[in-house]
Amino acid sequence: MSTAKHHHTPDWAAIRADFPVLDQKVHGKQLVYLDNAATSQKPLPVLNALRRYYEHDNANVHRGIHELSNRATAGFEAARERAAKFLNARAKEEIIFTRGTTEGINLVAHAWAGTHLKAGDKILLTEMEHHSNIVPWQLVAERTGAKLLYVPVTGDEGLLDLTHFDKLLKEGVKLFAVTHISNTLGTVNPVADLCHRAREHGVVTLVDAAQSAGHCPVDVQAIGCDFLAMSGHKTCGPTGIGVLYGRKERLEKMAPYQGGGEMISHVGFFKTEWNIVPHKFEAGTPDISGAVGLHAAMDYLDKIGRAAIFKHDCELAAYAYERLASLGRIRLFGPKTNHAGLVSFLLDDVHAHDVVTFADRLGVALRGGHHCNQPLMHKLGVESTARASFYFYNTPAEVDRLIEVIGEIRKFFTPKH
Amino acid sequence: MFEDLNDLYQQVILDHSRSPRNFKKLDGANRVAHGHNPLCGDRITIYLHLDGDVISDISFEGSGCAISKASASVMTTTLKGKTIAEAQKMFGQFRELVTTEKADSEELGKLAVFAGVHKFPARVKCAILAWHALVSALEGRPCTVTTEENPTVPKP
Repeated sequence: MSTAKHHHTPDWAAIRADFPVLDQKVHGKQLVYLDNAATSQKPLPVLNALRRYYEHDNANVHRGIHELSNRATAGFEAARERAAKFLNARAKEEIIFTRGTTEGINLVAHAWAGTHLKAGDKILLTEMEHHSNIVPWQLVAERTGAKLLYVPVTGDEGLLDLTHFDKLLKEGVKLFAVTHISNTLGTVNPVADLCHRAREHGVVTLVDAAQSAGHCPVDVQAIGCDFLAMSGHKTCGPTGIGVLYGRKERLEKMAPYQGGGEMISHVGFFKTEWNIVPHKFEAGTPDISGAVGLHAAMDYLDKIGRAAIFKHDCELAAYAYERLASLGRIRLFGPKTNHAGLVSFLLDDVHAHDVVTFADRLGVALRGGHHCNQPLMHKLGVESTARASFYFYNTPAEVDRLIEVIGEIRKFFTPKH
Repeated sequence: MFEDLNDLYQQVILDHSRSPRNFKKLDGANRVAHGHNPLCGDRITIYLHLDGDVISDISFEGSGCAISKASASVMTTTLKGKTIAEAQKMFGQFRELVTTEKADSEELGKLAVFAGVHKFPARVKCAILAWHALVSALEGRPCTVTTEENPTVPKP
């Protein structure tokens, strides 16, 4: 793998060569992949790790006594240890493997909130949450009689309005769940400060790190959250694997999530004793190859350095924001400064879906739609936006291409201007 | 240069999306239905005035992409004066057209401009949204806004 660990700036061009998928034409045009907030591409070391696992070590984990099972178990548990280091958890027992961020949040909603909340308790969310950090709480609220409260968003600039945050926390809030980085607005929320304030009021906290874990350093001890959920596939890892961090003392007091093999220590016909944490929350054969691939992805990202990655992402987004703004007749969403590596926009004269279809035919992959943020979109008074989201393998030349393509789109749809 | 795109966004379609026809609430409508595409947020409301089984007037309101807006607009211009059975048959042919390109374009008339949609599977829903709303209006199926909430619309 080609990184430049000892230099201040990684060799981005050499790193890009680790991603074979980027080197192709779509519809006869060079692919410009700007849909990284949906999923990232995978570098060769991750693809190689998956292949190596299936070629040499494949077996079921934790139950076998034979050599391959021992190797698969060792690989799976090494990935857990790697994930603990990636998030700076205190111990690997605080790492639960899930299918992704969504399952991580559902696990907490079911196994913690489902047994700790009662009618009248409050769950505090923010208006910029992804559907996956809203709907599981609505389901819990329905079951327990708890109520949802929301920290408002200021408008197009997309910041949390924290004026009444402490007051809100005092209104019987038992759990506060917040996204680290907004997938639509690119806002970076001050999660450490928010979790600290919540903790002072005895409120349990969950951070949705889907958009942050692969893009910037994430330290669960510094953030001080009780739970943090992330996805492997947005982090250069395979689809189908994710990580839920949970503070050990919380996990130990939680009910199981799903029943099955692996999560038990003793099963009788009528009564079962649970396995220890974290296995209690991992019923059934897990995504072993996914964990192995995620391990390789975490190694890959940290070899480059997530601080350097974040700087690169943010610089690209800032450049894109500036160039898009200079086009005129465009509405830009998210903070003007300090936003993460994505930009949401709406041309005054062309609908987002037409922008995305047209851009695709010119090789540029964007996302158009509500980005699983319907309540936020409703509040902003829009139905959809187009979004360009960046990762460390993207280049300023690709931003230039995006701008050029928007010029083509305008020429096509509104030739008179 | 953009062959597929030119097929998709034909001049007629761009024209209808920029200046949609029958784009208003229909006073005296006796059927109303809403179409919503949850994937992209497009919303279209179809207003009908049915005279027996003849569509004597039709209009629409809503917001969406060029394809969904133009589709609704061309649909309203095509269906005025048609019977329910004719409209339903046309929907079948139109759906065939935008998914496979294989349909009798002579019978479809102006609707044939949407043939290019079949090369863009992600946009088929945009083209069909208005037609789905139309069908539920024709069938008088309950919709997101009931006639009771809309004092200008008499009960069917």
